[in-house]
Amino acid sequence: MSIKEWFKSGSPWVWLNAAAVSTCIILVIGLLLLVAVRGMGHFWPADVVEYSYVEGEKRTLVVGELVDSSVMSAKMAKESGYKLKDNAETLVQHLIKTGNRDISGMDFRWIQQQNIQSESSPDEMITIERREWGNFYGRLLAVKENGKVIASGEKAWPVVQERLEQALDIFEEIEYLQKKEIGAINYRLERLRLKQKSLELKGKWTSEAAENQVKEKAELDKEYQGYQQQLAALYKKIRRDSLLASESTGKELEIPLESVVHVIRPNSMNVFTKMAQYVAKFGEFVSEDPREANTEGGIFPAIFGTVMMVMLMAVIVTPFGVIAAVYLREYAKQGFTTRLIRIAVNNLAGVPSIVYGVFGLGFFVYILGGNIDALFFPESAPAPVFGTPGLLWASLTLALLTLPVVIVSTEEGLSRVPKSIREGSLALGATKVETLWRTVLPMASPAMMTGLILAVARAAGEVAPLMLVGVVKLAPTLPLDGNFPFLHLDRKFMHLGFHIYDVGFQSPNVEAARPLVYATSLLLVMVIIGLNLFAIGIRNNLREKFRALEGM
Amino acid sequence: MTELNSNIQKPSLFQHGTLTRHQRWRLIKDNVAGKGVIFGGLGVIVAIVLIFFYLLYVVFPLFGDAEAESVAQYKVPEMQLGKTLLLAMEEQNEVAVRYTEQGQAIFFAVATGKTIRVEALAIPEGVQITSFAPGSPAKGVVAYGLSDGRALVVKHDYKISYPNDVRLITPVIEYPLGKEPLLIDTEGNALEKVAVRIEEEISTLAAKTADNRVVLSSYAKEESMFDDEPSLEQTGSVLDSIAMDVDYLLIEKEHRLMYLASKDGHISVYSIIDKETPELIQHLSVVEKGRDISSLEFLNAEISLLIGDSSGLLSQWTIVRDDKNQQVMQNLRTFKVSDSAVVAINAEQRRKGFITADAKGNIGIYHSTAERELIKENISQSFPAALTQSPRANAFLLQAADNTISFWNVHNEHPDVSFDSIWKEVWYESYPKPDYIWQSSSASNDFEPKMSLTPLVFGTLKAAFYAMMVAMPLAIMGAIYTAYFMAPAMRSYVKPSIELMEALPTVILGFLAGLWLAPFVEANLVGIFSLFMIVPLAVMIFAYCWQQLPKSIRHRVANGWDAALLIPVILISAWFAFVISPAIEQLCFAGDMRVWMNDSFGIGYDQRNSLVVGLAMGFAVIPTIFSITEDAIFSVPKNLTVGSLALGATPWQTMIRVVLLTASPGIFSAVMIGFGRAVGETMIVLMATGNTPVMDLSIFQGMRTLSANIAVEMPESEVDSTHYRVLFLAALVLFLFTFVFNTLAELIRQNLREKYSSL
Repeated sequence: MSIKEWFKSGSPWVWLNAAAVSTCIILVIGLLLLVAVRGMGHFWPADVVEYSYVEGEKRTLVVGELVDSSVMSAKMAKESGYKLKDNAETLVQHLIKTGNRDISGMDFRWIQQQNIQSESSPDEMITIERREWGNFYGRLLAVKENGKVIASGEKAWPVVQERLEQALDIFEEIEYLQKKEIGAINYRLERLRLKQKSLELKGKWTSEAAENQVKEKAELDKEYQGYQQQLAALYKKIRRDSLLASESTGKELEIPLESVVHVIRPNSMNVFTKMAQYVAKFGEFVSEDPREANTEGGIFPAIFGTVMMVMLMAVIVTPFGVIAAVYLREYAKQGFTTRLIRIAVNNLAGVPSIVYGVFGLGFFVYILGGNIDALFFPESAPAPVFGTPGLLWASLTLALLTLPVVIVSTEEGLSRVPKSIREGSLALGATKVETLWRTVLPMASPAMMTGLILAVARAAGEVAPLMLVGVVKLAPTLPLDGNFPFLHLDRKFMHLGFHIYDVGFQSPNVEAARPLVYATSLLLVMVIIGLNLFAIGIRNNLREKFRALEGM
Repeated sequence: MTELNSNIQKPSLFQHGTLTRHQRWRLIKDNVAGKGVIFGGLGVIVAIVLIFFYLLYVVFPLFGDAEAESVAQYKVPEMQLGKTLLLAMEEQNEVAVRYTEQGQAIFFAVATGKTIRVEALAIPEGVQITSFAPGSPAKGVVAYGLSDGRALVVKHDYKISYPNDVRLITPVIEYPLGKEPLLIDTEGNALEKVAVRIEEEISTLAAKTADNRVVLSSYAKEESMFDDEPSLEQTGSVLDSIAMDVDYLLIEKEHRLMYLASKDGHISVYSIIDKETPELIQHLSVVEKGRDISSLEFLNAEISLLIGDSSGLLSQWTIVRDDKNQQVMQNLRTFKVSDSAVVAINAEQRRKGFITADAKGNIGIYHSTAERELIKENISQSFPAALTQSPRANAFLLQAADNTISFWNVHNEHPDVSFDSIWKEVWYESYPKPDYIWQSSSASNDFEPKMSLTPLVFGTLKAAFYAMMVAMPLAIMGAIYTAYFMAPAMRSYVKPSIELMEALPTVILGFLAGLWLAPFVEANLVGIFSLFMIVPLAVMIFAYCWQQLPKSIRHRVANGWDAALLIPVILISAWFAFVISPAIEQLCFAGDMRVWMNDSFGIGYDQRNSLVVGLAMGFAVIPTIFSITEDAIFSVPKNLTVGSLALGATPWQTMIRVVLLTASPGIFSAVMIGFGRAVGETMIVLMATGNTPVMDLSIFQGMRTLSANIAVEMPESEVDSTHYRVLFLAALVLFLFTFVFNTLAELIRQNLREKYSSL
C-alpha cells in the first residue's frame, strides 16, 4: 500500500509506541549489562604491559594496566596543545594504571599512542596488591628475611608465595587479637568508667565500689599486657620477611610482606588460574573490611550493616503493617474512614524519602533519643548514646518508609481470601481473632511475604533518609559483636547504597575507586533484583493458587 | 426468621455458668486482639499526621514573635564620675562597663548596678578629653581623642575563672597600643572627632582636628629580630580641605573605607586601602531635605551603614558595584522606626539585627535582611543617653536622661527570616540588585545568611519538568502498546522487566548518571540530539519496509511482537546516530557544538546539567507512570473496543478516540504521581547535578533541588537554629506538594474505579 494509506491506517503510530516499549527494555537491560560488565571486570586480573615510551628526547618505560582509551580529533588535539606526528587525523591516548603511588605520586597516567615505540607483556611482571599506596607493578628481584636475601631471581617466586601465605596467616591472627580480644578489653574498660560515673551521679560511689573498680581495672590491664606481648611477638614474626622489587625506572623498592595482600604474575596466568584468582578476589570483596578510605578492599561491613538494618526493619514493619492491613480490611467499617486511611497510606507511599529522614532526625534522634539519654544514660553525658543517629533510628525510619508497601500488599492478600472461608470458620464457632489467626492470615501469608520482600528490597536501596539517621562512611565496629549487650542499637553502621555514593563521589581517588563502585552497584543490583524476582514469583504462584479458590 | 435468631445468643463474658474457662479465654483474646488491631490501624493515620505536625512544630517558631521583658532598673553607678560616653556588656550578661567623659571606666553588675571596679584611664596630666569613639563592638576597644592632638586607645576585657566551681568574671583594662597616647595630629590641635579600628596586624586611627583637617594614622606591628616587643610602624596622611562639617567619622573593620558624615545628611566615602593616599569615592546626600542625621552606626560586618534621621526613618546604605563597575553607595531599605528622631542605634554583634532608641524613649528591635520589626517597647519617658546590647543579643541596657539604667531580657531567636525573605527577592549587602539567592552559611559571623527557597523550588520544578519530558512519552506510549496491542506472551516478559526498572535503587541511577552519563553526554552531545531524530525515523522506515514484505515473511513473527522486532532496529539506528554525529558536528557546528553554542548564543555548558538529570530521573519515573497507565488502559472494558472496531474504526483510531479518552483520568493520575515522585527524588539530583542553586532555564546548566539541599545541609546545621528550621520548612514544602498531588491523583483513581465497576 502507498505511504498515505499506510499512515491513514494508523499503523506507523502503533509502531512508534512499540518503539517506546523497546526503548524501555533496551534501557533496562543496557543498564544492567553496563553495571555487570564493569562491575565484574573489576576482579579479573589484568595483564601488565610494558611500554617503551618516547617523550621528546627521553625514552622511558611505562608499566601498568591498560584501563581506558580515548580518541580525539586532530582539531581538538591541536586546541588542547598536543602536537600530532605525521599529520595524523586523530589523537589516540591510553590511560595506564601505573600504580606505585608512593614513588611517582600518581596512580594513573595518560600516554599517547603515537609515542609508544613498542609494547610487551613479559611473563615475569608482577602485580602486588598492597595495604597502603595501592598496587605495585614491576619485577620481583629477591626475597629477604631479616634483611638478608634468601632467594633471588627465578627461585624467588615460589618462596615469596610461601612466605606470603605465612604472613597472611599471621596478619589474620593480629587482626583477631586487635579487634576481638583487645577490642573487648577496651569495651569493658569503657563500661567500668561509665559505671563509676553512674554511681557517682547516684551518690553511691563508696570506697568499696572504688576498690572494686581498681581491682577490675588491674585485671583488665593485666589481660591487656598479655595480649600486647602476644601482639609484639606476632609483629616481630610478620615483619621478618620482605620482598625486593624493581619498578619501571629500575629503582629498587623493598616491600615488607606485612603490607602485601597478593602477589601475582598476571601475564603468565592461564584462564583457569585467572578464574581462580577472580573467585578469590570476589570472595575477599564480600568478606573483608575496606582499606584506603573505602577505595580498596572489601565491603563486608556495608553488607553486614545493610542486612542488620533490614532485618531490624522487617521485625518492626511486619507486625505494624499486618495489623494495619487487618484493621482496614476486617475491622473497619468500609466507608469514609477507611477511604481516608487508604488515602493516608497512599500519601505515606508518595512522600519523598528525604522527608522521612528529616522526620527521623528531628523526632526520633533528637526528641526520643535525647529523652532516652536523659532518662537512662545520664552517665554518658555529654556524649550522646541514643541522642545521635544510629541503627535503631535508621531501622525505625525505614520501617515508617516501607509501611505502605506492606500494608497494600497484605491488604491485597486478605482481599483475595474468599469470603466463604471466613464465614465457614465463623459458622463453626471460631471467634473473629481465631478465624484471622488460623485461617485467613495463613492464606494471606504469601502476600505478606511479598510485601515484606518488596519492603526489604526498597530499604536496601534507599539512601537519602539514611544519610541523616545513622549511616557513616566508615564504622570501626559492627553493630553485632561479642560484647554485651551483643546487639548495639546505638552504633552507626555502613550501608551498601551509601557506600556507592561515598566511594563514587566523596573519595580522594575517584579514578581508582570507580571499578569498586561498579562492583558494589552490581552486588546491590543483584540482591535487589533477586529479591524482586522472588517476590514476583511468589505473587504469581499466589495468583494461580487463588484462581482456583475464587471459583468456590 | 426472628424465632431462629432469638435462639442464637452471642456468648458474653458474664455468662459464667454456660462458659468454660477455655471459652472465656478465647473471648478475652478476641476482645484484646480486636482492640489491638483497631489501635494499630489508627496508628497509621497518626504516623502520617505526626510527620506533618512535627514538621509544622519545628517550622513554627520561625515566624513567631520576639519577646522582651524588663528585669531591673537602677541608678547609674558612680554618676559623679561623669556622663556616659559608651555602655557595653559582656557575653554572660553579668558585667557591664561605662566609659565616662572624665576618662574613667566603671564596671558594674548588670543585674543590680553595683559597682565592681573603677579604673581611671591613663589620660596624661594637663590634657583634656575632646572626643571619644568606640571601635568594633566585639573587640571592646575605645579611643579617647585629647586636646593636644594625641589619642589614647583603651581596651576592656573580661577574664573568666571558676573558683569553687562558681563562675567569676573579672574585668580588666588593657592598652593595646601602649599606655602612652599616640600622636595623631603633628600640629598639636585638639581632636574633635576620632575613630579607631584594631586588628591583629594593623591598627588605624582617624581624627578630625579643631582646624578642620582629617588625619589618618595607621600602625602596623613589626616583629623585629632583636626586640621581644613588636614595634609599631606608622603610615598615614592628612586630608587638608574638607568641604563639609564632620559630625561623624567612621572606619570600617577591614580598614578599607572611611566615612565622613555631617548632620545635614552629606556623606563622603573615602577608600583608605593605601593609607598614604586616601581617595574620595563618592560624596552624596542620604537624607531628604529638611532632615538631619541623628545617629549613624555600622551594621554587623561593617559593610552597611545604618543612618537614623530626625524624622524617625532608618535607612541601610551599602557599597555596591554598579554596571560601570564603580563603587557607589546604595540605599537598600528604609524602616519607619518612629515619629521622633532616631537617637541611638546599636547593631547586634553576630547577626544582622539592630536596636534603635528614639527621642521619646521607645526602643525597637529590627532585623535588616528580613525587614522585620520584632519588638517595640517604651522603656522610659526621658531622652536616651546610651544603648547597648549583649553580644548574644538576648539582653539590652538603656540609660535614660533621668540617670537610670534599664536592664531588659530579649528572647529573639529567629529574626532573620520572614515569609517575604524566603519567597521574594531580597536585596543583600554588596549585591547590585535584589535577587533570589540561597547561600545559607559560611565560616564567619560577618556573613549574611541568604535563605531564599525560591532557587531551590525552581531547581526542583526544573528537574522534575525535564524528567517528565523524557518519561512521559516513553511511559505512556509504551503503556498504550503494552496494554492494548502487545501479545500476552510478550507482555508477561515486559511487565516484570518494567517492575524491575522500578526496583532499581536510585543511588545506582544517580551514580551512573554522574560518573558515566554526564561525561558521555558531554563528549557526544550532537549524538544525543541526533538520536531523538534518527531513531524514530529509522523505526518508521523499518515499519514501512516491513509492511511491504511478502506475507510469508511477515507471518513468521506472531502478531503483537512488534516491539521485539524493533529492538535490533533501535540498537542499530542508535549506533548509527553516534557514528555519524562527528560528521554532523563538523558540518553544522564547526567541529564542537559546545563551543558553537557559547560563541553564538552565549549558552554555557555544565557537565552535570539538566539534560543528564532529565535522562536519569526520567528513567527512574518511567516505571511509575507506565504501570498506572497500563493498568488504566487495560481496565477499559473490552466491549467499548469491540464495539468501536465493529463500527469500522482501525485499532489506532479506537485507541485514540475511545480507549485513551476513557482511560484519561487514570493517565492523568499516573502523570501526577510520576511528577510527585520526580519532585521528591534525592539521590539522582544529588549526584548528577552540580548542586548549584542557580535559577537558569537553560537545559545545559545544573540546579539544586529542595531534597538534595536538605540531604547536603541538614547533617551540618546547628540544631534548632534558623538554618535548621528553614531546612525543615523545605521538607514541609516537599511534603505538602506531594501530599496535594497524591491525594488528587488518588481521588481521581478511586473515582475511575467506581465508574468502571458499573460499566
